[in-house]
Amino acid sequence: MNALTQDTSSQNLASYNFAYLDEQTKRMIRRAILKGIAIPGYQVPFASREMPMPYGWGTGGVQVTAAIIGRDDVLKVIDQGADDTTNAVSIRAFFAKTAGVVTTTATPDATIIQTRHRIPETPLTEGQVLVYQVPIPEPLRFLEPRETETRKMHALEEYGLMHVKLYEDIARNGHIATTYAYPVKVEGRYVMDPSPTPKFDNPKMHRSETLQLFGAGREKRIYAIPPHTEVVSLDFEDHPFEIQHFDQPCAMCGAEQVYLDEVVLDDKGGRMFVCSDTHYCESRRADGHCGALLGDEPGLGAEANTRKEAM
Amino acid sequence: MSLSETLDAPADEIAPAASKPLLSVNQLTRVYGSRIGCADVSFDLWPGEVLAIVGESGSGKTTLLNCISSRMTPTCGTVHYRMRDGASADIYKMAEAERRYLMRTDWGFVHQNPIDGLRMTVSAGANVGERLMAVGNRHYGNIRNTAIEWLSRVEIGEDRVDDQPRTFSGGMRQRLQIARNLVTEPRLVFMDEPTGGLDVSVQARLLDLLRGLVSDLGLAVVVVTHDLAVARLLSDRMIVMKEGRVIEAGLTDRVLDDPRAPYTQLLVSSILQV
Repeated sequence: MNALTQDTSSQNLASYNFAYLDEQTKRMIRRAILKGIAIPGYQVPFASREMPMPYGWGTGGVQVTAAIIGRDDVLKVIDQGADDTTNAVSIRAFFAKTAGVVTTTATPDATIIQTRHRIPETPLTEGQVLVYQVPIPEPLRFLEPRETETRKMHALEEYGLMHVKLYEDIARNGHIATTYAYPVKVEGRYVMDPSPTPKFDNPKMHRSETLQLFGAGREKRIYAIPPHTEVVSLDFEDHPFEIQHFDQPCAMCGAEQVYLDEVVLDDKGGRMFVCSDTHYCESRRADGHCGALLGDEPGLGAEANTRKEAM
Repeated sequence: MSLSETLDAPADEIAPAASKPLLSVNQLTRVYGSRIGCADVSFDLWPGEVLAIVGESGSGKTTLLNCISSRMTPTCGTVHYRMRDGASADIYKMAEAERRYLMRTDWGFVHQNPIDGLRMTVSAGANVGERLMAVGNRHYGNIRNTAIEWLSRVEIGEDRVDDQPRTFSGGMRQRLQIARNLVTEPRLVFMDEPTGGLDVSVQARLLDLLRGLVSDLGLAVVVVTHDLAVARLLSDRMIVMKEGRVIEAGLTDRVLDDPRAPYTQLLVSSILQV
């Protein structure tokens, strides 16, 4: 990577500090992360910085990644499970330029995975770190607008209100209709918003081997789930938590039990369902799996740019 | 002194719970800078008793109510509450968690304006069920059935259980607020002008309902009102306040039929006779 030369070269005065943020800021963020790990699910306030991207594009996640990334790390960035969308491409390029790290789209190769909304289908392992970009860290926000009050509710463990929301869902829809940002209770103590991940991914957080870090840039909060932590989705005894189910396998790779995106094909009602995790879909196709709509082009190599066809 | 204490102690243990006050307010004062909110108020409230606090606007009724219901810290004075285990506790010396737990289980607070006491964006059933969920009830069917039962007790039909309170009339909202407070079967309910802003016929029905619920459940109630008719209908005893101080206290019938303080006489005589 050409960026490797950049950080060793002191003659280039205009170069960025490693991973963009200055060292003091990174120390401050690391302290917040450590506190977050020590108190699973607790939202630690931190002095969020302006980043060279708009709020809502992952400024929190980028700051967390910048604080923990090292020269040997391999970075993967996904946006809704895809490696090739604007947000993912930009953030990957950002760290390739400012930190000179190796980037990848392969989940098993990555040491740090920054994500917006999805947890990769490939099970994550010990040693990997998953960094979430969080828009609104406060699970009680839409029920109780006062920040002073929600902090007190967390402090005193008053979470009855969270169930009012779920009750309301059932009263209106007959089932719990919250499909993303589904509230969880971490290690039996803090109720946490798992960022807008689909509830499909909630069970993956439970006793995960991976360290999970959450950064909310605009709201200036960091929280964490250390490895092997209990993460329980809230529910009612007579309306237990359920993940989404799909009636058909992925149209490209035939995978089942994965989260699918709906893709509209034409203006006559045609649609297909494909894996939201693009790397997972590609690696399955490289292994010879074939979905209903893949057509007669088997044997696509792993390095082939199959993503364009998927779109 | 020591003799009387040793003599009193066994007598207290023998005495049945009902002979001890539920709420004991002692020399309660709240000042706003140099202005007086309420000053030097003392009274006891027994289980099952309804106490009315009356007085004109600005006489310190609401300040007093907020101070005794732990919503506003008094400048000085104490408020003791006898918990379900029989022990008496100073509510301002409790941990905040304990006080808030008390407020949503053993106490109720009915606001003058139902919007302050309800969640307007969730259904009536969720409004009633909130306290149940706050104390750990996690069975949707049971919560909903309890909510429906309470709605019917306050004369709201089962078909309105999934409607939001903003679609309700003023009287219905007030009744919903009462149901929401009573669902955990509290022992003490504070009411701030519960019939304020309702028309006369709705007021009458609400008072009738309240009177029935209070006697059925054996509730102790502190009701703040400027309407002497409300005090007459609901309360056993009343306190008359003027300029932050209690000027007269006694049984409701006695105070209203035989007012002693000049101000109370004025207040009673100013009721419009139709």
